Amino acid sequence: MADIHTKTRDFINHFFPNVTIQDDQDIFTMGFINSLFAMQLVMFVESEFGITVENEDLDINNFKSINAIASLVERKAGNAA
Amino acid sequence: MHIELTPQQKKAQAMCKEFAQTQVAPSANQYDQEEHMPSAIIQQCKELGYLGALISQRYGGHPLDMITFGLINEEIGRACSSLRSLLTVHSMVSYAIQRWGSQQQKNYYLPRLATGEIIGAFALSEPAVGSDAKSIETSAHSDGDSYILNGQKKWTTFGQIADLFLVFAQTDGRISAFLVERETPSFSITPLTGMLGTRASMIAELHLQDCRIPDKNRIGGIGFGLASIAASALDIGRYSVAWGCVGIAQACLDASLDYTSQRQQFQTYLKDHQLIREMITNMITNIQAARLLCLQAGYSKDIGQPKTVMETWIAKYFASTNATRVALDAVQIHGAHGCHINHPVQRYLRDAKCMEIIEGSTQIQQITISEYGYQTQSY
Ligand SMILES: Cc1cc2nc3c(=O)[nH]c(=O)nc-3n(C[C@H](O)[C@H](O)[C@H](O)COP(=O)(O)OP(=O)(O)OC[C@H]3O[C@@H](n4cnc5c(N)ncnc54)[C@H](O)[C@@H]3O)c2cc1C
Repeated sequence: MADIHTKTRDFINHFFPNVTIQDDQDIFTMGFINSLFAMQLVMFVESEFGITVENEDLDINNFKSINAIASLVERKAGNAA
Repeated sequence: MHIELTPQQKKAQAMCKEFAQTQVAPSANQYDQEEHMPSAIIQQCKELGYLGALISQRYGGHPLDMITFGLINEEIGRACSSLRSLLTVHSMVSYAIQRWGSQQQKNYYLPRLATGEIIGAFALSEPAVGSDAKSIETSAHSDGDSYILNGQKKWTTFGQIADLFLVFAQTDGRISAFLVERETPSFSITPLTGMLGTRASMIAELHLQDCRIPDKNRIGGIGFGLASIAASALDIGRYSVAWGCVGIAQACLDASLDYTSQRQQFQTYLKDHQLIREMITNMITNIQAARLLCLQAGYSKDIGQPKTVMETWIAKYFASTNATRVALDAVQIHGAHGCHINHPVQRYLRDAKCMEIIEGSTQIQQITISEYGYQTQSY
């Protein structure tokens, strides 16, 4: 599942190319998150990893870091299987 | 790369054009002057399935792909921006519920929104707050299994007749969204007349005074009102408005081609004056550019690409500023006739200007698009 980490980091770096983000770093405290980015992040997770982000998944803890996003994807993909 | 509408898309557009040009356009000036949208026209939109365009069949909708939805917005917008704005706000609410609503909310509201039995409206703006949406003053306090909402909403398109309002409020410093039904006690609606444009869009002010809204009518998580509910609804709204602006500009071009072929000055048709031709050329070119930006944003929506969000901002920015420019030229071309209330081009100009204010004003779009440019600069 290193793939999820890499792809998610690439996606974030597309928007914020000049920052280095650690897997466990809280991106919401880094000051560059806006609703435009948040919306695209959700769409990215859905289209890239083939899951559907539901209302109940809309918890900051699910999106706050690369690790958090990876475990959300793994959990959702596991549920679907 | 292949940019070509499918036969189904062309057919849906032709059907919509026929409806809009025969049933809507001939009376659109009258709707504008009376500041009223007749229920018979809304009924026809319901029968054509346009109010269920973004609702899945599972809930009784008549789902269209995003390109077809865009073409419908162009054709309705070409005839009457006020009617197009019904499609816009109703679709925003439907989309938000389908995307983020609880199963119970979907089961209860979507089938009725799909048939148009109920009309949806979007209530974010307030008397003191527009662009800076995070600073809204309407509040929601938790009280048992309900929320108590207090505040005022302004400029709510079709608020005069809507049955279901997507209302945004502060919950302990974070914004949440609520589904407020028209008949809710202590919820009142005041019609707002005298707008510059989209005058038949039956705009209203909403007053919430200790309105008790059950917790089951909160949509999305606490604090996700802006980032998910409003952002995704506004993305749909912006997309619909962008296409509507292509429609306004196309209507200006249609009128200008006709008029310049009929009117003579200095013993020759206006179309034979080269300065007129310059304006026509710019109209044709910029309308085509706006339409292509809309198609690009729609295609990315259909394949679920995150880049559609920024493409939609760009399409709306270009299409709305272009609609104003084109409408200004159309009025110029029509001379005094274009300045009279009986001619549609003056309505197109007033409607186009309003499109530069809604769903993110021109300045907010400039800020957002340029910010994106700097962010992604070195990529
Ligand atoms: C016809 C019409 C229909 C509408 N329908 C709805 C609806 O259905 N639901 C709803 O919630 N709202 C609706 N609105 C309201 C609309 O969303 C707001 O008008 C819009 O968000 C702008 O807010 P404002 O008018 O308060 O202007 P302000 O936010 O007060 O801005 C005033 C001016 O300052 C500029 N400005 C603001 N901030 C900046 C900045 N940082 N830098 C540079 N310039 C800035 C703006 O671009 C604008 O030109 C409608 C408005 C109109 C005209």
